[in-house]
Amino acid sequence: MVAALLSWATLPTFADARDGFFGPTNIFAPDSTPAHSIFRLSIFELEVEGAIFVVVFSLLAYAITKFRQRKNDDDSEPPQVYGSNQMELAWTVLPVLIVVVLFLTTAQVIHRVQDARRPPGTIEVTVVAHQFWWEFRYPQYGFVASNELHVPLSAPQLPTPTFLALQSADVDHSFWVPRLAGKTDLIPNHPNTMWIDPQETGLFLGQCSQYCGVQHAKMLQRVYVQSREEFNKWVHAQQQPAASDPAVASGSALFITKACFACHTVRGTIAAGIVGPDLTHLMSRDTIGSGAVPLTPENLRQWVHNPASFKPGSLMPAPDITEQELDQITAYLLTLR
Amino acid sequence: MASESIALRVHKSPLHVVYECVATADHKKIGLMYIVYALLFLVVMGIEAILMRIQLSHANATFLSPEVFNRLFTLHGTTGVFFVAMPILFGFGNYLVPLMIGARDMAFPRLNAFSFWMTAFGGFFLYASFFAGGGLSQAGSAPDVGWFAYAPLTSPTFSPGHSTDYWTLSLLLAGVGSIGAAVNFIATILCMRCPGMTLSRMPLLAWMNLVMGGLILVTISPLTAAQLMLMADRYIGGHFFDTAAGGSVVMWMHFFWIFGHPEVYVLIIPCFGFVSEIVPVFSRKAMFGYPAMVAASVSIGFVSLGVWAHHMFTVGMPSYGNAFFVLTTMVVAVPTGIKIFNWLATIWGGKIRFATPMLFCIGFLFQFLIAGLTGIMLATAPFDWQLSASYFVVAHFHYVIVGGILFTIFAAFYYWYPKITGRMLNETLGKWHFWIFLIGFHLTFDFMHIPGLLGMPRRVYTYEAGRGWETWNMISSIGAIFQAAGILIFVYNMIVSYFHGALAGNDPWDAWTLEWATTSPPPDYNFAGVPAVRSRRPLWDIKHPDDPDWKYE
Repeated sequence: MVAALLSWATLPTFADARDGFFGPTNIFAPDSTPAHSIFRLSIFELEVEGAIFVVVFSLLAYAITKFRQRKNDDDSEPPQVYGSNQMELAWTVLPVLIVVVLFLTTAQVIHRVQDARRPPGTIEVTVVAHQFWWEFRYPQYGFVASNELHVPLSAPQLPTPTFLALQSADVDHSFWVPRLAGKTDLIPNHPNTMWIDPQETGLFLGQCSQYCGVQHAKMLQRVYVQSREEFNKWVHAQQQPAASDPAVASGSALFITKACFACHTVRGTIAAGIVGPDLTHLMSRDTIGSGAVPLTPENLRQWVHNPASFKPGSLMPAPDITEQELDQITAYLLTLR
Repeated sequence: MASESIALRVHKSPLHVVYECVATADHKKIGLMYIVYALLFLVVMGIEAILMRIQLSHANATFLSPEVFNRLFTLHGTTGVFFVAMPILFGFGNYLVPLMIGARDMAFPRLNAFSFWMTAFGGFFLYASFFAGGGLSQAGSAPDVGWFAYAPLTSPTFSPGHSTDYWTLSLLLAGVGSIGAAVNFIATILCMRCPGMTLSRMPLLAWMNLVMGGLILVTISPLTAAQLMLMADRYIGGHFFDTAAGGSVVMWMHFFWIFGHPEVYVLIIPCFGFVSEIVPVFSRKAMFGYPAMVAASVSIGFVSLGVWAHHMFTVGMPSYGNAFFVLTTMVVAVPTGIKIFNWLATIWGGKIRFATPMLFCIGFLFQFLIAGLTGIMLATAPFDWQLSASYFVVAHFHYVIVGGILFTIFAAFYYWYPKITGRMLNETLGKWHFWIFLIGFHLTFDFMHIPGLLGMPRRVYTYEAGRGWETWNMISSIGAIFQAAGILIFVYNMIVSYFHGALAGNDPWDAWTLEWATTSPPPDYNFAGVPAVRSRRPLWDIKHPDDPDWKYE
């Protein structure tokens, strides 16, 4: 019954990520095997607990209604009962049985999700969490992307799951895209793994869910699930070195002289910083600041001018530059497609 | 009905009162100081909660900066656990346990005073960080590392200045106080019982304080050790939690949660004691299954020591490790179920009087049932991978702490206030308090589960629109206003009733345990003669000489 209710309330509404009353990060609208396994387990558990709740709630409600003191009662005390071993035994054994069933069901799901093997065709991505953004390394393809994770669709007949190796560059973080999988923490010097095999294309949202400092709230996640062809196209584009446009030479020079390169990488130039996000294909992304604001020319200019205006506590300092230099750097960044 | 008729209420100069507070080693005065101190911090943490609820009531709010918000949730959590819940329970335990077991005082009165003052300094020290936390060169600031302060956020790299040191030292101080109090409870309960009061005749509240004391000894020690390690890391080049030098941040989590989970039971087990005293009296029946209740509580205490890593299902333990902690955690449900059924059986067949203490206990029974069920969901590791660190968890533990612990503490106030002051709390105001607070509680915390299910993580100072979270957060924030109103009525009731409440007499509830055999408030020496008991309900035996309990036990 609970399953029917929840699926009626949530599932059909969530074909599109942004639609619906329950929003795009509903754990009851799974789209990937780990999330599905959790969903089924949670429905089973909700049904068992729903039954327990109804029984105990009714007993309590009945008792407090039935056994209240009446106006015309005499002052005598009710019969004193001190206990009953049979009843104690009954309400010990029954919960034990329920616990055994719940535990065995749970252990099965833990094993299925955590100990899953990698089929051939698995995509490997190393996720490195930073205060307050995400780095995605694709060792099979030899490039690094930032903040927006792209993965291919995994078809049931030819599964191509994505396995994520989780690392942290600084403090604890947690990877949580509810419709794809449960969360797993990214902890310094404690590598973790998780996997997803999305069944539908589209954008899936999430965010860091382990408190990591001032801007924990705006360490957002965007996972783009693409068809195999689209994904290959994206990979190919990401593998290219940065565009080099002589029209924005002044901007690219400022990128070096104003020390932007100390933190950021632009492949194909001398900029090879690893503290901030890779900007080689900045303009292929939809957002800046790890999902803080949409990537538009105006927002980009404002971001470079003062990152704290969108994301107070961001570790990127506001550079000491004139308005004209700001325009030049922005123009340069806008060419990094 | 003049106030002079209340025993021992004599007029004293303020200076004299201060002197008495500082110098006293009397368990009743120390108990009251714990309670007043905790109520002060309850108001402080409530204000912090209200500020956070204003900020979260709508998307993209700018009422608070992220820095301030992070300090507020750190202080709200730390204050609530260490400087509200624990001291208030120590306070009631201090006041009631010696009276209930027929003793003159606690076993170690001066250790008792020392423990209180350590705890008190801990709380004041934490709040001093507002002025001094940034160190000499900067403006002050309070800790902002969260109440479980995961490494390496607490390392000098990520937490410069002294705010984290204030957090560490205040918990170190409070921890010493808690250990002192635990030793005292255990010694008092084991050694100071009056003639005839065997362990199997002891009131359940005393039993619960015994279990609490044992748990504190085992669990506060690792917390204190962890604080010392953190201090060593920060100041003398220790590398316990420094991953760059081979330390482990996961070790901090283990240290913290081997304290942190049993701590929940440290808090709720004495509350089980309140319920087990109040429900029988207002149902007019003996506690059903007393030995089972004791056994269940003791086994909850033991099992709770083996469940800590269910707070760590997402940190990447191996599958069999996760499965182990699923099993141990689910096992807790069995003795907890036994307790709920025994309370139910106590009510069954009784003549329930719906006075305010009983109302709060009935609220507790329903809410604790729900908190237990959501607890089992969180114990299910895969489900927890979704729910952990989300607003679902926040809703769950507030259901335990507010719906469970705070409701029973209110019940305890209404029940024992007459004993402590000699005057009744106003029943009409009490019922207003109950209903308004009940509405507020359910508005805030029932609806808080939902954004968690919809992907909202905890500890975010704001969220973007369009994630489906706004409505639920707005409802939660509105509930907070009701809760605040309830608390105001409660405080008003306590103040007004202190001066104008109806006189209580020795035994206003027609109750059965020893504290009701002495005057209200009790004299310094508690009992004029050493009481002797023959059953679990000595006053029942006196009131029903033809049908005493000792014939049946």
